[in-house]
Amino acid sequence: MQKLTMPLSDDDVRSLNVGDTIALSGIMLTGRDAVHKWMIDTFIRKTREPAGDDQEVYDTIKPLLDGGAIYHCGPVVAGLDTGDYSFVAAGPTTSIREEPYQGEVMEHFNIKGVIGKGGMGPKTLAACAEVPGLYLHAIGGAATLIAESVTRVVGVHKLDFGVPEAIWVIEVKDFPLVVTMDAHGNSLHVGVEDESKEVFDSLLQLS
Amino acid sequence: MEDLTVSFLELVRFASTDLPPDVEGALKSALDEEKAGSAAAGALETILRNVAMAREKSTPICQDTGTPLFFIKHPVGMSTKVIAGQIRDAVAQATKSTYLRPNAVDSVTGKNTGNNLGGAFLPTMHFEEHDSKDLVVDLMLKGGGSENVGTQYSMPYAALKAGRDLEGVYRVALDAVFKAQGKGCAPGVLGIAIGADRSSGYLGSKEVLLRKLDDTNPVPELAELEERIFKDANRLSIGPMGFGGKTTVLGVKIASLHRHPASFFVTVSYMCWACRRRRMVVSDNGPVFS
Repeated sequence: MQKLTMPLSDDDVRSLNVGDTIALSGIMLTGRDAVHKWMIDTFIRKTREPAGDDQEVYDTIKPLLDGGAIYHCGPVVAGLDTGDYSFVAAGPTTSIREEPYQGEVMEHFNIKGVIGKGGMGPKTLAACAEVPGLYLHAIGGAATLIAESVTRVVGVHKLDFGVPEAIWVIEVKDFPLVVTMDAHGNSLHVGVEDESKEVFDSLLQLS
Repeated sequence: MEDLTVSFLELVRFASTDLPPDVEGALKSALDEEKAGSAAAGALETILRNVAMAREKSTPICQDTGTPLFFIKHPVGMSTKVIAGQIRDAVAQATKSTYLRPNAVDSVTGKNTGNNLGGAFLPTMHFEEHDSKDLVVDLMLKGGGSENVGTQYSMPYAALKAGRDLEGVYRVALDAVFKAQGKGCAPGVLGIAIGADRSSGYLGSKEVLLRKLDDTNPVPELAELEERIFKDANRLSIGPMGFGGKTTVLGVKIASLHRHPASFFVTVSYMCWACRRRRMVVSDNGPVFS
């Protein structure tokens, strides 16, 4: 298992291939459905004007995402009453819901690592080659174990999106991940789907 | 009646933090099947470490603590309104104690209620009066990712040459597993309801997931079909997390329900590997959890 610390360089990214396992450390942000839509609407496709603290949040997260990672995760968080936050459970959520947005978000912020589960589609794979970046698969459901690798909650933005949908800024140490989409155009998910399709067609005597 | 709020809270804590032994056993068997050092074996090792850690620390196995589904069988005369009130209080307390993540979002405003209470629907409760003097409560925590890959087929389903018979059920069930790939957190458990109307079909496909993985369907045709779907779904080699591998499903459970002559639905609910279901039986001697 290779140890890597954010921010990641283009060379770090290109040195990795589908199937490699890594232990990732550094500062990352959580972001899922509401955050991706907010980024796209307000700052990328600009279909709505920034309002409230939008601009301030954008200015704060932009340098953190440059060479960094976004984690598709809606955590269970303790300390909501006191503001002394800690992650109790923090596994990945299904990434494919962000497929319409992810590539543009990666390119806009220079995001090197997209972390989630279940894999993503052709637009994200193209962005992985372009940026370059990686799709890093966390183990779905392994929430208590992954929370152990979150050493600190640095802060939170957009808590009005709700706890699962907010932008949590976290510091992680040796977060265990598998590269399932690389910067060379390869996707483990495409390979597995193609192979399972062949078996499926033969079992049902289709094709 | 007695205030059972504390017992309901314990049921929620137990379900969220302690995976049932039959499910953990199936995951251990799955690990034995995979090649050492493979991505599939790595995923299962991580899963099993996480299950042990969550139990020890009494923290959620998965951060998506799902939609809480309560199936309640109560003695004659017991007030369902009172039970529902106590369940709601327990769910709100469990959220505050971080056994549950706040998962109730207003579909118009997008606002999260913060306590898992949302109108009449959340938490979800199904009541049935029975002859026993005991109160029997099954709780299932069903995650959103696995719920999203659930599906319903109106038969015949021409694209797969699937007709209104058990062969047709087999064909669409495999289709559901193929389409889910790793997205529902494989290896999952399939709950299948044949028949009923659309809404009862979904309910039946979830209720059947309360069965233990190692039990046998009392209807021989269905037992045989469960086995056939189980074997062939695993031949698809989607594997744990969709990494490729030998175990794609941990079990298949089928319920047959009567249907309208014009309708033939096959409803598939996919339960992630974190198949969180626990039972509380309250008798004169107090609550017992299993």
